[in-house]
Amino acid sequence: MEKYVLIALFAPLVGSLFAGAYAMKPKRLITGIVTSALLFVSFVSSLILLFDLLKTEEAVRVKLFDWITTGSLNIPFGFVADQVSVIMMVTVTLVSTLVHVYSIGYMEHDKGFNRFFSYLSAFVFSMLVLVMSDNFAGLFIGWEGVGLCSWLLIGFWYYKKDEPKEVNPSISPSWAANEAFIMNRIADLGMLIGLFIIYWHIGSLDYNVVFAHVNLLDIAIITMMGIFLFIGAMGKSAQFPLHTWLADAMEGPTPVSALIHAATMVTAGVYLVVRSFPIYSQIPNIGFYIAALGAFVAVFAASMALVNTDLKRIIAYSTLSQLGYMFVAAGLGAYWVALFHLMTHAFFKALLFLGAGNVMHAMNDELNIFKMGGLYKVMRWTAIFMIIASLALSGIYPFAGFFSKDKILEVAFDAQHYILWFMLWVGAGMTAFYSFRLIMLVFFGEERYKKYGFHPHEAHWYMLAAMAPLALLAIVAGFFEEPFEEFVTQLLPEYHVHIHGILAVALIGLTTLIALSGIALAVYKYSHGGFSPKWKETFIYKLLYNQYYIPVLYEKLFIEPYKELSKIAWKELDLRIVDATVDFIAGIIYKSGFAGRVVQSGNLSKMLRWMVIGLLILLVLVIVYSPVR
Amino acid sequence: MITLTHYLVLSAILFSIALVGVLRRKNLLMLFFATEIALNAINIAFAAISKYYGDLTGQMFAFFVIAIAASEVAVGLGLLIIWYKRRGTIDLDSLQTMHG
Repeated sequence: MEKYVLIALFAPLVGSLFAGAYAMKPKRLITGIVTSALLFVSFVSSLILLFDLLKTEEAVRVKLFDWITTGSLNIPFGFVADQVSVIMMVTVTLVSTLVHVYSIGYMEHDKGFNRFFSYLSAFVFSMLVLVMSDNFAGLFIGWEGVGLCSWLLIGFWYYKKDEPKEVNPSISPSWAANEAFIMNRIADLGMLIGLFIIYWHIGSLDYNVVFAHVNLLDIAIITMMGIFLFIGAMGKSAQFPLHTWLADAMEGPTPVSALIHAATMVTAGVYLVVRSFPIYSQIPNIGFYIAALGAFVAVFAASMALVNTDLKRIIAYSTLSQLGYMFVAAGLGAYWVALFHLMTHAFFKALLFLGAGNVMHAMNDELNIFKMGGLYKVMRWTAIFMIIASLALSGIYPFAGFFSKDKILEVAFDAQHYILWFMLWVGAGMTAFYSFRLIMLVFFGEERYKKYGFHPHEAHWYMLAAMAPLALLAIVAGFFEEPFEEFVTQLLPEYHVHIHGILAVALIGLTTLIALSGIALAVYKYSHGGFSPKWKETFIYKLLYNQYYIPVLYEKLFIEPYKELSKIAWKELDLRIVDATVDFIAGIIYKSGFAGRVVQSGNLSKMLRWMVIGLLILLVLVIVYSPVR
Repeated sequence: MITLTHYLVLSAILFSIALVGVLRRKNLLMLFFATEIALNAINIAFAAISKYYGDLTGQMFAFFVIAIAASEVAVGLGLLIIWYKRRGTIDLDSLQTMHG
């Protein structure tokens, strides 16, 4: 079985290197095909591991070599395929295989075709390192690796100019990439501190050792660990207040948004919390804080999605909101529920994004949903896929989202955090509303695109074929809830919901009711011309449309003072003190050299004179310093 | 009685004369003369000290110096003649082709 672990891990790396070798060449179809095929190999290996694990119930461990060995610190380069990491592996490799195939069509006219596949496979490799590592150091390497690939891919179209908001409402890709990278850097510092605390108190970073000893520690220390690790998770999973980068990350190519900023990378934070459950189950207070933050983000992000007009940003806010749901489950101790929602969400959110990619392609990269409408007639399959994904996202029976999301609501209710439950419930309504607002505005109603001179067309057949498995999973994945629970609770703690009978039915009914009414409201309103323009004048609309003015606030609060500070550091500190000192020393040497230059006149008699002077000086020195007899 | 000191003083005086010659003269031929004087000043010192200690090494060394000085003069004069043929002068300042 070790063989399959290594194949699953290194096949994407091989693909990445292969495509990378063609990076500067014009488009070669082979790079796309080879990387996709290698990812499929990786997916099959993950599946084999999954079935093996189902049978033997024993995790596969591989130690490649000792990586860092200094003094008492010993970090091996080891990997593990246990219940949690296998679930992550299968999800990651499945979605990324499909996204790779899809990208062959999506990027077909892009001059960076080969480069794109190289980055995308490198991302998958990093993500696999992240989920498969058997120690925190390896996890951190993967963590940084996905951050790097995310940066490369958000800024994939780095040559696009940074235009003022009036010309182009979206920001430049390179700016977005830097924002994402810097935000993550802030969070990673927190995570590093968390790792230091773990190493300081336990003396190892190996999961087994850490989790076996963590309950012996002082509760205050465990709390510190939990807080700092969660700061890292907040950055990667874009939780408030480090959330602004995710919406801006939509500047990358759409398959990237589907794979990285919806299905896999952003769930790394959730994975970290789930993986560190022995730490978090010791500190329910921090767990409650995580859950509360998650519920807040769930509503907060959903409310921003309600009014946004940008196709991809709506889905991005939806991702944020769903990540909030996952954190609620993880925070309240229902780790397997969080993991389950992570998996189902990966399927339907990737599907939604790929559908959005088709729409963008058809509309020449137009993103404003108010310039679309009536696209159902020309893009039937895309529309059907996106409706399926939206139904799953809204949590309608029998789609996948119903099972996972409803479970989270039940958990919140069961833990007697009724306020959290209420927030999530409202969030569910909002989710349904904005999903179907998007569907209605894009696919139905008046064909506004004709006014703007677009000629939409359906995507390639293989792009649709790549979406089909995701659509299937978005429908059926929910029915695997029980085997899933049984499988992952071999490793994760069990969580039983104690709500039965009429109350459980009532809860499900309530949730379905608000989701359905959200859908009904969206369908009714937008099939009758939408909301009146007066809405746009209200304060609340402006507040939501401007993302609660948080980007502006950050600009004023952090970026501008930082700019000022940098200016002072540059003009006052650097130029006047550091540079001045260096220039002064250089000046002395330069001037003395200039003065001493006359010695080298090339005139023999002058040089002889210098020689004699030197001789005399040496003689004097000999006389002065000769030992006295 | 002529002691070692007298020889050494003579040697020092001769060496100083040579040094001044080296520094002051502009004619290359004179420079050669000055260096010969300097070498012979050293030879005197060698011979005197050798006699004083009763050790023949110093005198042997003086012979070496004489031999080497002779060959040096042979080579040096050859170069000097070539230089004179090229430039028509053996003034020291005419040797200056590099400037600092």
